[in-house]
Amino acid sequence: MQLSGAQIICEMLIREGVRHVFGYPGGANLPLYDSLPQYPQLEHILVRHEQAAAHAADAYARVIGDIGVCFATSGPGATNIVTGITNAWMDSVPLVCITGSVVTALVGRDGFQEADITGITIPVTKHNYLVMNVADIARVMREACHIARTGRPGPVLVDIPRDVQQHITEFVYPEKITLRGYNPPVYADQKEIEKAVELIAEAKKPIILAGHGVIISRAYEELKELAEKADIPVITTLLGISSFPGTHPLYQGMPGMHGMYWNNMAISQADLVLGIGMRFDDRVTGRLKDFAPNAKIIHVDIDPAEIGKNVRPHAALNGDVKHVLKQLNHEISEQQHPDWLSYLAGLKEQHPSISIRDTDKLLPQYVIKKIYDATQGDCYIVTGVGQHQMWAAQYFWYDRPNTFVTSGGLGTMGFEIPAAMGTQLAAPNDVVWSICGDGGFQMTSQELATISENNIPVKFAIINNNYLGMVRQWQDLFYKGNQVAVKMLNPDFVKLAEAYGILGIRVTQQVEVAAAIEEAMRHPGPVVVEFVVDEEENCYPMVPPGAALQETIDMPVYSEEVLAAR
Amino acid sequence: MSIKHTIVALVENKPGVLNRIASKWRQRSFNIESLAVGHSEVDGLSRMTFVVDAATTDVEQVVKQVDKLIDVIRIEDISDRPILNRELALIKVKATPANRSEVLQIVDIFRANIIDVSATTLIIEVTGDEDKVDSLLTLLGDYGIMELCRTGRVAMIRGEDGVTLSEDDHREILLPHLNGDRAPGGIF
Repeated sequence: MQLSGAQIICEMLIREGVRHVFGYPGGANLPLYDSLPQYPQLEHILVRHEQAAAHAADAYARVIGDIGVCFATSGPGATNIVTGITNAWMDSVPLVCITGSVVTALVGRDGFQEADITGITIPVTKHNYLVMNVADIARVMREACHIARTGRPGPVLVDIPRDVQQHITEFVYPEKITLRGYNPPVYADQKEIEKAVELIAEAKKPIILAGHGVIISRAYEELKELAEKADIPVITTLLGISSFPGTHPLYQGMPGMHGMYWNNMAISQADLVLGIGMRFDDRVTGRLKDFAPNAKIIHVDIDPAEIGKNVRPHAALNGDVKHVLKQLNHEISEQQHPDWLSYLAGLKEQHPSISIRDTDKLLPQYVIKKIYDATQGDCYIVTGVGQHQMWAAQYFWYDRPNTFVTSGGLGTMGFEIPAAMGTQLAAPNDVVWSICGDGGFQMTSQELATISENNIPVKFAIINNNYLGMVRQWQDLFYKGNQVAVKMLNPDFVKLAEAYGILGIRVTQQVEVAAAIEEAMRHPGPVVVEFVVDEEENCYPMVPPGAALQETIDMPVYSEEVLAAR
Repeated sequence: MSIKHTIVALVENKPGVLNRIASKWRQRSFNIESLAVGHSEVDGLSRMTFVVDAATTDVEQVVKQVDKLIDVIRIEDISDRPILNRELALIKVKATPANRSEVLQIVDIFRANIIDVSATTLIIEVTGDEDKVDSLLTLLGDYGIMELCRTGRVAMIRGEDGVTLSEDDHREILLPHLNGDRAPGGIF
């Protein structure tokens, strides 16, 4: 079959199972867009800024558990997706980006709208390609998708000059590929498994730190079996949230910088830490040299480079989480740790990190809690980055797997709107709540047009404190309260929503919260609910930057004078 | 204390591969002492030898991070193996008719070669491990080194063992067709 390069791209995407593509056309990818109408199986979502295409495809990929695809043109189109690519890179998301490039004759000659996008994205992609020959497109597409979705997933960029998209060649579907430099591990070394089994048998105060790898590997069953069989409490990292049932008696919530007080103490006292599909990130460990000082470490990760990068493990289980946990579960014996569990329960009682204080004011935590009450956790939660993100992690109990979509590693404000879009398209029958900050919302609010145009029924909850809250919190705590460039004069978010043809609701009183959430969920289309919350509320517990987990500041006691002064 | 590790990598001979590897070094602040790249025994495959100082750089991370690159097929820290290290240097020294014979004597002792002579200069070619080259340079320093060019270390394991492709590196990956059926959800 004689096809153009552009047609081959579409043929290959369809064969890779792709249904939705997020993108933006331009001079260098016009042949690709010219071919799209011939492939109605590929539904194209026209975003309003390329960054949103990458974030939407990123969230889509997380939810569906396979590749998400975005298109952009050369030059500024391509550089606009770099933030989205980096976000996917930091959170190990299988994103496939197809960019048009200037015609081959102009490559390397500073042609109009040329940017060296393969050069630019080398440090933030798992691999990338510049395809100069139409005969290579089919193979490259196959390799790109394979590399993106297997092993430790990650973004792959394929840059194709405009004329190469137009050239015609015989299309042969590549059944086989050869990647001699790529062979991700699956099973852990049996000797290391035996070491781990022994460590688990000996442990008196074990804890599990479950990360994004559990979700990527779809190892929910295996994690639950391990936790229950060995009677080990489960802490989830930010990206590990919804890898373990939120209401399970062994579930402990999040650790680290804004983690639960009891978790940070548990990690500090534990004699065994099982890090599963996580990378001992600085937000989790606090000051590294004081992390888990009494613990032996078991580290399960598919990426050999993660093992020993931050923490040197006593048992290194290098393989796919699902397969490694199966290996482990097969060999471990049943354990009981009643003393340890009741000790942790006691800590929880003395330091209830997530109680909402009694006040008539509209507190952000209260809003999150009410969304939980209204949905009973049967929904997706998407967030931006900042205080609201931490509250969404703390005050919600995720009882369905993989229902928390957030920007972890890169911490990309503005993720919340396009990511909600991608999440809703990936899970069309589910309710999607996007918890937003007033700052981040304005970074990508142009996507309300995309959402309105496609009637994507996302429910946005803007936690509006008219501040860049997390930055202000740092200025308050670590810069002597010198608040600089954090107060925001915001637009009327209700009118903004209405301008895009979206229902807008404003809530200023605690008593209105539940009704507004109900109304938003009853409404069949997208909704923006602006919650005008108490401006001064800060996010606790908190480990000061550079401090150890042992130095966690628990919920501050609000004195009457402080509260009166507000 | 400086402990120099010798790392050998087999990489695809494609445009941009060196850039990818150098990018890893730069991004993660790995300090590379020397680098030598050239063809290997297999067509389409380049062999790199690079030297890392363990005092300033986490050698295990260097190996693992570079190994993650798709274009890197094999990488090994061969420092603990029985290896031969060599580098080549071209040294241009000042040598007048008055002291030329002294220089020639030194060159002779080091089994180096004179590859160019002019009225006032000599170009010396020397092969050996870094210590040998360093010693020669020290001795020649007195005469005035005008130009110096060192290749960086290349290394090979003695005997049957080596850093070469294995059977496993030629395997073909048969991938499944993925026509649709991608669904969210699942339950605990």
